[in-house]
Amino acid sequence: MTMSSSAPAHYRPYHPKWYRQRVSVWWWLEKPVYALFVLRELTSVAVAFFALMLLALIRAVAAGPEAYARFQAKLQSPLFLVLDGIALALVLFHTVTWFNVAPKALVVRIGGRRVPDALVAGAHYAAWLGLSGVVAYVLLRG
Amino acid sequence: MLKTLTPLLWTLFSAGGMLAALLYPVHLLLTGFAIPLGWVPAPSYPALHDLVAHPLARLYLFALIALPLFHWAHRFRYTLYDGLQLKHLEALIAVLCYGTALLGALVAAWTLWSFR
Repeated sequence: MTMSSSAPAHYRPYHPKWYRQRVSVWWWLEKPVYALFVLRELTSVAVAFFALMLLALIRAVAAGPEAYARFQAKLQSPLFLVLDGIALALVLFHTVTWFNVAPKALVVRIGGRRVPDALVAGAHYAAWLGLSGVVAYVLLRG
Repeated sequence: MLKTLTPLLWTLFSAGGMLAALLYPVHLLLTGFAIPLGWVPAPSYPALHDLVAHPLARLYLFALIALPLFHWAHRFRYTLYDGLQLKHLEALIAVLCYGTALLGALVAAWTLWSFR
């Protein structure tokens, strides 16, 4: 009688504390593939660097011939040549890794058959070469 | 908020990644090396000015700056989470990354819109 009138027993739901191995902040140095993964992610820093450089270049062109000449002089300095060299290497790494995973992100079927990965990646490389040629032509003609 | 924006942010990441992969190597090679080091005859200032002034070129340049900035924001955000284990700062990092990209895109839009 007294039992039933009392408040219902309060059970604590079973909640185990899972054992979790602590992962070092330097986990990505443990295996070469991890380091390459982080390097691939860090290519985005080079991408942002060049986006801002393009913006600065356009602003220099907008500001007039003197500002543009000053910007060109800056690009000739050793500091910028080194930075641009690192950026170019990282951007090329981005291009290659991007095109190589493209067949996995973009599955093309023709007549019910999957287009081979090599062909999808190859199309990206071909487009890369073609567009690079167009950009160089438009920028450097006369 | 971040969850509902995810498809849009991923699309911007993807489009920016494709533009950067296809077009950044040649632009970087020309702007950073071939022109400053004199490997090719540099375009004259008036020629370059007229080129940038063309509406299609301005549209192209806007896409070429803005989309890769969002590509950076997305990748860098996840690099900070995973690489430095900063998952607990998720909201702050997302706001800083996408906010920086948005600011850059706005400055690019303004610069190209008011280009004379």
